[in-house]
Amino acid sequence: MAGQEQVLGAPSSQPVLRGSYTYASITDKIADTVLERPTHWAWAVGFAVSASLTVLFIVAMSYLFAKGVGIWGIDQPVSWAFALTNFVWWVGIGHAGTFISAFLLLLRQRWRTSINRFAEAMTIFAVAMAGLMPILHLGRPWFFYWLIPYPNKMNLWPQWRSPLVWDIFSIGTYIIVSILFWYMGLIPDLATLRDRAAQRWKQVGYALLALGWRNDARHWARFEIAYLLMAGLATPLVISVHSVVSLDFAIGNTPGWHSTIFPPYFVAGALYSGFAMALTIAIPLRATFGLQDFITARHLAVMAKVMLACGLLVTYSYLVESFMAFYSADRYESFMLLNRMTGPYAWIYWTVIFCNVIVLQTLWFERVRGSPWMLFAVAILINVGMWLERFMIIVVSLHRDFMPSAWGMFYPTFWDIAILAGSLGAFALLFLLFVRFLPVISMSEMRKLVKERRESSS
Amino acid sequence: MSPRQPRREFDFSGVPERSRREFLKLMGASIALASGCSRELPERIVPYEDMPEQLAATKSLYFATALSLDGYGSGVLVESAMGRPIKVEGNPNHPASLGATDVFSQAAVLTLWDPDRSQTVLRQGVLSTWDAFRAALTARRSRFASQGGAGLHILTGSVTSPTLAAQLHRLLDKYPEARWHQYQPINRDNVYAGTRLAFGETREPRYDFTRARTVLSLDADFLRSMPGHVRYARDFNGARRPGETPSANNRLYAIESSPTLTGAKADHCRRLRASQIDRVARALAQRLGIAVESPTSVPIEAGWLDACAFDLLTRHGESLILVGERQPAHVHALAHLANERLGNVGTTVQYTNPVLAEPIDQLDSLRQLSAAMAAGEVQELLILGVNPLYATPADLEFARHLQRVPFSVHLGLYRDETAMRSLWHIPAAHELEAWSDTRAYDGSATIQQPLIAPLYGGRSPHEVLAVLAGEFEQDGHAIVRALWQGELGGDDFEHTWKTSLHNGVVPDSAFTAEQVTARLPALPPLRDADSSELEIVFSPDPHVHDGVYTNNAWLRELPKPLTELTWDNAVLMSPESGRRRGLANEDVVEIEYRGRRVRAPVWLLPGHPDESLTLQFGYGRTAGGRIAPGAGFNAYALQTSAAPSFDGGARVHPLGTRYPLASAQMHNRMEGRDLARMLPLSAVIQRTAQGAQPSKHERKLLYPPFASPTYAWGMSINLDACIGCKACTIACQAENNIPVVGKDQVQRGREMHWIRVDRYFEGSDAHPRVHFQPVPCMHCERAPCEVVCPVEASVHDSEGLNVQVYNRCVGTRFCSNNCPYKVRRFNFLQYSQDVPSLNAQRNPDVTVRMRGVMEKCSYCLQRIAAAKIASEKEGRRIRDGEVVTACQAACPTEAIVFGDLNDPASRVRIAKTSPLDYVLLEELNTLPRTSYLPAVENPHPDLQET
Amino acid sequence: MAQVFHPRQLLLLKGIALGALLAAIAAAFLYRVATQAPVARNVPVEQPIPFSHKHHVGDDGLDCRYCHSSVETSAFAGIPSMATCRTCHSQLFTDAPILAPLFDTRSQRAPVYWNRIHQLPDFVYFNHSIHVAKGVGCSTCHGRVDEMPLTWRVASLEMQWCLGCHRAPERYVRPRNRVFDMSWQPPANQLELGRRLVAAYHIRGTRALTDCSTCHR
Repeated sequence: MAGQEQVLGAPSSQPVLRGSYTYASITDKIADTVLERPTHWAWAVGFAVSASLTVLFIVAMSYLFAKGVGIWGIDQPVSWAFALTNFVWWVGIGHAGTFISAFLLLLRQRWRTSINRFAEAMTIFAVAMAGLMPILHLGRPWFFYWLIPYPNKMNLWPQWRSPLVWDIFSIGTYIIVSILFWYMGLIPDLATLRDRAAQRWKQVGYALLALGWRNDARHWARFEIAYLLMAGLATPLVISVHSVVSLDFAIGNTPGWHSTIFPPYFVAGALYSGFAMALTIAIPLRATFGLQDFITARHLAVMAKVMLACGLLVTYSYLVESFMAFYSADRYESFMLLNRMTGPYAWIYWTVIFCNVIVLQTLWFERVRGSPWMLFAVAILINVGMWLERFMIIVVSLHRDFMPSAWGMFYPTFWDIAILAGSLGAFALLFLLFVRFLPVISMSEMRKLVKERRESSS
Repeated sequence: MSPRQPRREFDFSGVPERSRREFLKLMGASIALASGCSRELPERIVPYEDMPEQLAATKSLYFATALSLDGYGSGVLVESAMGRPIKVEGNPNHPASLGATDVFSQAAVLTLWDPDRSQTVLRQGVLSTWDAFRAALTARRSRFASQGGAGLHILTGSVTSPTLAAQLHRLLDKYPEARWHQYQPINRDNVYAGTRLAFGETREPRYDFTRARTVLSLDADFLRSMPGHVRYARDFNGARRPGETPSANNRLYAIESSPTLTGAKADHCRRLRASQIDRVARALAQRLGIAVESPTSVPIEAGWLDACAFDLLTRHGESLILVGERQPAHVHALAHLANERLGNVGTTVQYTNPVLAEPIDQLDSLRQLSAAMAAGEVQELLILGVNPLYATPADLEFARHLQRVPFSVHLGLYRDETAMRSLWHIPAAHELEAWSDTRAYDGSATIQQPLIAPLYGGRSPHEVLAVLAGEFEQDGHAIVRALWQGELGGDDFEHTWKTSLHNGVVPDSAFTAEQVTARLPALPPLRDADSSELEIVFSPDPHVHDGVYTNNAWLRELPKPLTELTWDNAVLMSPESGRRRGLANEDVVEIEYRGRRVRAPVWLLPGHPDESLTLQFGYGRTAGGRIAPGAGFNAYALQTSAAPSFDGGARVHPLGTRYPLASAQMHNRMEGRDLARMLPLSAVIQRTAQGAQPSKHERKLLYPPFASPTYAWGMSINLDACIGCKACTIACQAENNIPVVGKDQVQRGREMHWIRVDRYFEGSDAHPRVHFQPVPCMHCERAPCEVVCPVEASVHDSEGLNVQVYNRCVGTRFCSNNCPYKVRRFNFLQYSQDVPSLNAQRNPDVTVRMRGVMEKCSYCLQRIAAAKIASEKEGRRIRDGEVVTACQAACPTEAIVFGDLNDPASRVRIAKTSPLDYVLLEELNTLPRTSYLPAVENPHPDLQET
Repeated sequence: MAQVFHPRQLLLLKGIALGALLAAIAAAFLYRVATQAPVARNVPVEQPIPFSHKHHVGDDGLDCRYCHSSVETSAFAGIPSMATCRTCHSQLFTDAPILAPLFDTRSQRAPVYWNRIHQLPDFVYFNHSIHVAKGVGCSTCHGRVDEMPLTWRVASLEMQWCLGCHRAPERYVRPRNRVFDMSWQPPANQLELGRRLVAAYHIRGTRALTDCSTCHR
C-alpha cells in the first residue's frame, strides 16, 4: 500500500478525498462499517486484549482502594510517580483531538474533516483516563470532592493557591466541552444511522441519541452556528489545560519543576504526544477498515508535519532547560540536570532524548512522512518517549532534591505497571467500541467535501 | 477518622474485658465512618464505681521510679494517663538522669504494653498456674533443708537492688550449700578487675566531666553506653563553652576499636584494632612518666601521642583518662595509675564502693555454673530475668548442660530461648509493674514503684525468691519496704519512704568517694603487632543491647547511630577491609573463628579500623516474641569465655549471596551543601567577637511578613551539643503515637519518625569527620507545603506553627514534594495497628493517624495547648520553659531549646541571637522557626587533621 | 421513513429522564441523613437508668458541679461515679426498681453503660475547663438541661456550629458567676456586654480562636 501511494507522488500534493465518491456512496462506505460490515478479526483480537487489560485495571483499582497507595512504589522523597506521570501523559494525548477539530476548523483546514471525529473520541477517552489518575493517587480518594468548592458543615473551602484546585476546573471544563463538541458533531450522523438502521433496537438506540434531528434547513442553520461557537469555546482550552497542568510542577520549588518555561513546554509536548497517538490510531484504523480514501497519505503527512513542529518546540525546551540550569548558576538546578544525565536514572534521560529528539529528525524526509508504517514506528517511539519524559520530570527531579540525607530511589511495583497497562487497555476498549457503534468519520462533513469537489470540478 | 484510642471516659480498672471489645467496635465504627458510608455507632460512657481521688481530673499524673540497664538504674518520671503508663521522662532529681533519658528508657513503655509478652506460667511449655509452681517449689524445700541447699543454684544478672541482694544473702545463710551465680552479658568484669589490679580492692570509678578539660577515652563510649552515660553526656557538653577561650573548653581525644558516638564527637579520634589500644596505653603511660617499657612499635604517630600527653600533663587535676569495659584489666589499671599521677583522683575521677551488690567475676561465676551443670550437681536452677540459653558464650554450651538439670525455673518477660527449654517458665513483672529498687552509677538508690498492676499476672524476682526461701512476707511491696525500713530506720521512716518515692531517689544514698592508692600492675607481655590477622570485636547492639530489647519495635526501627541500619544487625568493617575482600554492603559472609562459623551480612562503615570486625549482640534470636526471631545473626555463637570482648584469628569467607538491609539514610555525604556546619573554636571566638553579621541573602517577600502577635514558637538546635544518640527520635515516637512501619517499608524509605538525626561523613573513609543533625519540621514562616495543599490541611496558626490537620488531609502528598527539608511523613498504608494493648500506650492527646494522611512534627502542639489552657485559666502568659517538647525533654545534652520568640528573655530567643545561629537552606527564603548552632571543634594546635 | 417514536412514547421518555434526575437528588439527600451524628438531635435518649436532669437540677436544684466535678479542671466534665449517686440514693428511693442497676454495679460489678449524647470525633479536642473559665455557660451548648426529664442534645456539634461562637464569642459569653445558671438569658445589650467580657476574660481574637490547631491536634 505504501508503494501504491508513492506512485501518486508527494503526499502533500494529494487531495484530502480520493476516489470518485457520491453523496450516497460515501455515506454507504462509512455507515456500513457500523451497521453492515461483519466484525473484523483484528477488531475482535484487539477487543479481547483490551477487555482483559481493563479487567486488570479494575482489579488494580479495587486493591488500591482497599489497601492504600502504599501498594505502589512511591516513597519519601518520591511521593509522586506513575499515577501523576500517567495523568500528565494522558492529558497530553487528549490535546490533539480538540486541536484538530476546533483549532483547524477555525483555520479552515479542510484536511481535518476526515480525522476530527476519531481524534475527538481519542481526546475524550484519553482525558477520561487522565481524570481517573489524580483520584487514584489520593491517599484518601473517598474525600476527592473536598477539592471542589461547595458549601459544607465545616465552613471550609479549597485552598485556591494550590494548582491542584486549578486542575479540577481546567480538566473538568475541558472534558465537558470536548464531550459536547464531539456529541454535537455526531448528531447529524446519528440521525443518518437511525434512518439507515434495519433492526428496530438499533433504530431506537440511534433515535434516542439523535435527539430528533430531521436534517431540515433550520436544524442545519442553528447547527452550523452552534458548532462554530463551540469551536471558538474549545480552542483556548487547548492552550489552557496543559498550561494549568504544567503549573502543578512549576509552582513547586523542586529543582527540575520550578521553571517558568513549563506552560509552553507542556503544551507543545501535549500536542506532540497527541498527534503521535492520533497517528498510532489512524494508521491501523484505515488499514483495517479500508479507509485509505478518506484518511489519505496527505492526512498522515500533514499530521507528521505538525508533530515535527511540536517536536522541535519540545527539543527547544530541553535546550532552554539545560541552558538555564547552567546560566542560573543555581547549585541545585545544575545538580538536578547533571543527575538527570549521569545519575541512577540516566538511562531514562537518554532514552527520552533518543525518542523525542533523534527519532523526530527523520520526519524531515518526505519518504518517512509518506510511508504509513515508518510513521507508525516513529509515532510509537514518540509515545514512549513522551511518557518517559514525564516520568523523568516527576521522579528524577524528586529523588534527589535539597537534603542529601533524604535522597532516595523509586522502584515501581506490579501495581504501578498494572494501573498503566490497565488504563491503556481501558482506553483501547472504549475506542474499539466507538469504532464499532459510531461512525469514525463524519459523514455529513464528508458529503460537504464531495459537494466542494463537484463545484470545483464543474 | 482515626482508629479510636482508649477514650478518657473508659475505666480500665473496672471492666478491661468490656472496654477492649469496646475499642474494636469503635475502631470498626470509625473506619466505616472514615470511608464515609455509614452512620457512626453511638458510644457508651462507663462511670467509675468509686472514683480514685486523683483520677477525677483527666490530667496525666507523673510517678517517679527508675529503669535499669545491666543492673544500673536511671531515674525516670512516668506519665500515667487514666492509670495507663504512656510516656517516660527523665527525673531531674536523679543524678544519672538530670531530667534526660536514653533510648532504652523511652522504649520501656512499649515493652510494658508489648502484646508478645509472656502471659502465663508454663510447665514444659504447657499452661500451668502460679499456685502449681509454688507447690512444686515448696515441695523441694524439704530437700534444701536437709542438704543445706546443695544443688540449688540461682542465676541472676548484675544485681544492684539492695532488696534482691539482701534476699539472696538471707537465702544463702539459710542454705549455705546453695549457690548464687551472676552473669550479665554486658558486665563490669574488666572494670572491677582493673581496680583490683590497681588498688588491691574492688572499686567503682565515677567520672566528673564538668571539671575535665582534657579527656582521653581509650575505647570508652562514655557518651552512649557506659553506666551513667546520660549524666556523663550532660556534664561533658556542659564543659564545652564555645565563645570562651580555648583553655576554658574541653578537648576530647578518643582511641576506639569500633566506631562510637564518643569517637564521632572527639576533637581528635584514632581508630585502632582493639588489641592495639594496649600498646597505645603503655606508650602514653610512659610519656606521662610511668615506668613502663615503651612498646617497640606504636600504631599511632608520635606527634599525636605527644600532643595528647602534653594536654593531659598541662591540665594537671583537670584531665581524665578513661578506659572502656572491653579493654583488659591491666589497661584499666594503667589508666587509674595515670589518673593518680595526673592529680585527677578526687577531682575528675573518684573511686567508690562497687555499685553491684556482689562485684564477682561474672564470667568465672558462669563458668562454675556450667561446670556444675555438666557435672550433674545442679538439682534446681532458678534463672531470674536473664536469658543464658541465648546470651552466653558459645563454648560454655549452656543449652546442652541445662538438659541435665532436673528442676529449672525461668523468670522472664518473654517466652525466650531459655523459657522454652526450662521446666518452669514464670512471666516476669515489668519494672513498671512491680515494687523493687536499684542503684545508679553513683550508688544512689531508687525505689521502683509500679505504675500499673501486672498486666499478665507477672511476678518480680523478689516474690519468686520469697517463695523459694519460704519467707513469711511474699508481697513485693512489703519485701522492699521492709528492707528500707531496716536501712533508713528512724521513727520518721514513713516520711523518708514517701519522699524517696516522690523524689525518685533515696536521700543521701549515693556512695562516697573512697581513698585509694594506685600501684603499677604487672603488665602481661604485649600481643605481637602483627596486623595481618583479622580481629573481631564484640559489642552490644546500640538499640537492642544484649537482646533484652529485640522484641521492641521502636528500638528495632530506630536507625542505629553511624550505620543508620534498622531491624537487623550486620558485620561492621572498614570500607578498605571490604575492598580488599571485594565485599560490598549487604554481601553475606561466613565468619570463621575458633572453629565456629556464623553467616552475616556486611556493612562497610567509614571510620572503622581496618582488619577488624564489629559483631553486635542481640540478634539472631530463635524465640522471644513475634518480631525478635529471624532477623540478623547471633554474635554470641562466636563468643568464647576465653576472649569474651575481642580476639584475633577470625576469617571471612564471602558467600556470594546478598541479604537486604534497611538503612534509613541512603546518602552519606553532604555534597558540598552547607547543612551541618562545624567550625574550629578559633573561628567561633572571632565570629562571636564580631557580633551578628547581616545575612548574605536579602529577604524579598511577595506577601507581607508573617506576624504572630501572641506567641511565636521557635526552636534552636545546638549541633555542638548533639551527640547523635537519637533519644529525641524515640521520645517523639512515644509522645506522638508515631507508628512502626516494618523493615520492608523502611527499605522503601517510608519510615515515619518526625525528628530524624541526619548523619554525614566528611573526608576520607579511614578518618571521616562525622556530623550529626537532628531535623524536625522547620515550621517555616513561608512554608512551601502550605501553598500547594489543595484543601488547607497544611496551614499556619496564629502562633507561627505550621500545623497539619490530619482530618482534613486527602493525601495528595504535594506538600511533601514541596518540602525542601523532607520532614513530612505519609501513611502510605494503615500503619497504626489497632492492638488493644498498644492502643493503651497511645497518647490520648494526639490523634492517631489513619492510612492516606500526611503527618509531621507539630512542635508537640498538644503540650503547647495544655500549657496555654492552664495559663489562660490563671490569666497569665505561658512562662519560658513551661512548654517542653518531647525531643527537648529527652535530650541528654540539652541540645534542643524550644520556646516563645516573642519573649525577649526566653532561652530560645537568646540562643538565636548568637552570631553563629543559622537556618537550613536559607537561600530558599522559607524563614524557618527552627535554627541551628554549628558544631565546634577544638583541635590541638599542632594537630591539624580534617 | 416513519418516526421511530410515537409522541406518547416521547412523553414517557421525558418522564423517565425527569424521574432519574429526582431519584439522584433523593439519593444524595438520603446519604446525608445516613451519615449524620450517631445520636439524633432534640430527641430524648433512653438510658439504663432513666436519669432526669429536670428532677435533679430543676426541682432539687443540684449544682452541675456536684456530679460533673471535673468540669472546671479538666477537658472532660466528668460522669459521676456510682458512689456519688449513692450518696443520696443509699437513703432515697433505695427500693425503686428503676434504680436497681445503681446497686447491681456494686453487688455484681455490672457497670452502668450510659448512652453518650454529646459525641465528638476523636480528632476534635474539646476542653470544658477553658470554656467554663472564659464564661461560656453550660446552657449555651447543652440547653435547658434543667427542663429535660430525659436528656437530649440541642446543639448540632457540627464544625460550623463551633465556629459560630469561635468567630463571634461576644454573642455568647456571660459573666463567670452565671456560667452554671441554667435560667440565664442573654440580656438586650448582650453584644455590648459580650465585648466587655471578651476583653475582661482575655478571650483570644478570632484569628487565634479559628486556628485549626485550636481544636485539632
